[in-house]
Amino acid sequence: MLTKTLDISTSPHIRQGTSTDSIMQNVVWALLPVALFAIFSFGLSAFFVIATATIACVATEHVLCRMANKESTISDWSAVITGLLLGLTLPPSFPLWMTFCGGIIAIGLGKYTFGGLGYNVFNPALVGRAVLQAAFPVAITTWHPAFLADRFTSVAASIFTFPFMEPPAVDALTGATPLAAFKFDQITTSTSDLAFGVISGSTGETCAVLIILGGIYLVARKMMNWRIPVSILATVFLISGVLYLIDNQIYPSPVFMLFSGGLMLGAVFMATDMVASPITPVGVFVYGAIIGLLVVVIRIWGGLPEGVMYAILLANAISPHIDNMIRPRVYGTANTNDVS
Amino acid sequence: MAWFNFRNNSFKHGIHPPERKRSTNGLAIRQFPFSPVIILPMVQHIGAPSEIMVREGQEVMRGQLLAKAGGYVSVPLHAPVSGTVRKIASVPSISGKMVPGIYLEAFPSASQEVLDGTPIDLTSASSDEILQGIQDAGIVGLGGAAFPTHVKLKVPEGKHCDVLMINGIECEPYLTTDHRVMLEQGEDILMGIKYLLKSTGAAEAIIGIEANKQDAADHLEQLIPEGSNVRVQVVPVKYPQGSEKMLITAILGREVPSGGLPIDVNVVAVNVATTAEIGRLLPHGRGIQERVVTITGPGIEKKGNYRIPIGTPLRFVLEQVGADERISEVYMGGPMMGVAVSNLDISIVKGTSGILVFTKDEVSRPEKVYPCIKCGACVDACPLSLNPSKLGILAKFKAYDLMADEYNLMDCFECGSCSYVCPSHIPLVQQFRSSKAIVRKRIAGKQTMEHAD
Repeated sequence: MLTKTLDISTSPHIRQGTSTDSIMQNVVWALLPVALFAIFSFGLSAFFVIATATIACVATEHVLCRMANKESTISDWSAVITGLLLGLTLPPSFPLWMTFCGGIIAIGLGKYTFGGLGYNVFNPALVGRAVLQAAFPVAITTWHPAFLADRFTSVAASIFTFPFMEPPAVDALTGATPLAAFKFDQITTSTSDLAFGVISGSTGETCAVLIILGGIYLVARKMMNWRIPVSILATVFLISGVLYLIDNQIYPSPVFMLFSGGLMLGAVFMATDMVASPITPVGVFVYGAIIGLLVVVIRIWGGLPEGVMYAILLANAISPHIDNMIRPRVYGTANTNDVS
Repeated sequence: MAWFNFRNNSFKHGIHPPERKRSTNGLAIRQFPFSPVIILPMVQHIGAPSEIMVREGQEVMRGQLLAKAGGYVSVPLHAPVSGTVRKIASVPSISGKMVPGIYLEAFPSASQEVLDGTPIDLTSASSDEILQGIQDAGIVGLGGAAFPTHVKLKVPEGKHCDVLMINGIECEPYLTTDHRVMLEQGEDILMGIKYLLKSTGAAEAIIGIEANKQDAADHLEQLIPEGSNVRVQVVPVKYPQGSEKMLITAILGREVPSGGLPIDVNVVAVNVATTAEIGRLLPHGRGIQERVVTITGPGIEKKGNYRIPIGTPLRFVLEQVGADERISEVYMGGPMMGVAVSNLDISIVKGTSGILVFTKDEVSRPEKVYPCIKCGACVDACPLSLNPSKLGILAKFKAYDLMADEYNLMDCFECGSCSYVCPSHIPLVQQFRSSKAIVRKRIAGKQTMEHAD
């Protein structure tokens, strides 16, 4: 006689098999080539900045969980993403102690204050960067040129500045970013230089091609909403294209707009933060369009050369409202079926 | 309406779970042996329980009436086997509750001939006589819902039915009963359709079949005579197309209104196995005594499709087909909507379409539930375009009324697509199931309060 005690569970009894930690891991894999290229072009300095940001984020998450007497959540890999993204948005010569503070703020203020993974209103990495930008406006706009001959043997002098000390006097080795060069000196940079990252800028916002490839990988694995980068980039292209047609002396070309600054990194890896973006298909397009519009407005008419960070943070703030206002039509409602 | 047409015979969203039908869809239906004891619960259908009409010790013939319908939304029950009524007492049911029932002991060497009743003549019977015949035969939806079929077929005053939709979708993974019935009981199905067309007054019948059962579609097409008002429509494979709402949208492009029934868009939908039973039983005036069940899953030796007498205890079934000791979970129905069985003493009932047996290796019990990361996978999966993510968060905050009023909770038919795709392993369907129960209770409570005033 069959005398087996059965287990029970609720339906459905089969599952697709993706899990949140595997999504996060894949985002990390997609970001790694970007990080490696940053290290290749900026050398040891970039490595120290990215590594410090990542360690700071993971450590902060672990400590905060333990302080709250909860199981540590670092194994879900989301803190690693925040750390990598933060590191990639900072200049390669950014002092490490500031970088570390940025990591603590990103996780502590940007993520854990709201309840950890799944509850953050803003992209945590951008919260960290926004605070750093407000606190250290000089350091965060001191750009380091790429492809220095001694980049693998020496680091930027500012990297090991002691906390609260003046960084060493800015030396000759600084380079303006293409956006700043355009904004303040009307110099444009060639598109291929932009696409392949032979320019100065934040560690990770230089090689657009690798960023796009990372995005394509995630979209193919259904771990990223393609609608977000597409709508952001399309909006930026359209608006700046119209402006360029109106007057190509004052306004930069739309291609330059797409490939310069943090737009690619922001559109592909930051705005797509699942938690802080809307969930409905139409809402997502609206969200992307708002980011694109804000980017153009800040870049062209604002006081800053770059506006991707603020554009995404502002759009993060309204994304719950977008979800509330734009709801998909539920099956069998509104649209009446007049068949009789 | 026009904008539905470019969707090419489908409905919005849905998922594609692995089909896993190969191990049983090529196996012909086999007759299952009679169990020494048959256990018959009086609650095998949605609605009022059947009322027992026999007494303990009474000898009954196979096909004899054991219990009559307990009301309009109820059906009678016939003896699945000739034997002696051993006991009238509580019997275990799948919900875990004990319900009134009959223990029937089969005669060891009876011929098991079936007792015939009054045949329903297709040409002379009126619509109401056919409906009465269907109720008298004890027929309920054999797809799994077990809703009394005659109630579903009754076209209410002021409405009319133009399409009879025969549901041969069988979108649940693993299950192949409808597939085999379509291959082996084509004549019964066409006969059943004739009864159904007459009783509903529909102008045409469409048999909807998923593309993974092309052989069944070809077979039925062959049987349909030239110029008939019956046709077969093959649709692309997608879960949960077997839900009648999804099927009607896929084939006709009509949307059943929220809270409404198919008849609101002039359709009556009937499962294909139910149709076959109607075509098989009504010409003889017989009652339903057995049904085709897919028994499958790792941990089953003799997988296949069996015609099993209603009331056969699950333990007997599993012993006959050779379930090994590694079995961990047993489901009645498919893996998406089936119910896990806690007790092997329950029996096969009219709504049992499949028995799926998993060992520890197949049971997916996520070790960790992550918070919702709002990835939107559930939103892209929900066939009704609900927002399961939002509903799940509201359920956590016990905002049941808000879920029902603003987010169409009550429309959810628990297909499980959202839970299936959720990377955070949130038990969304379970949350919605309990939330719906609470909302229903609150509504019922309000109504009694109003009556009291």
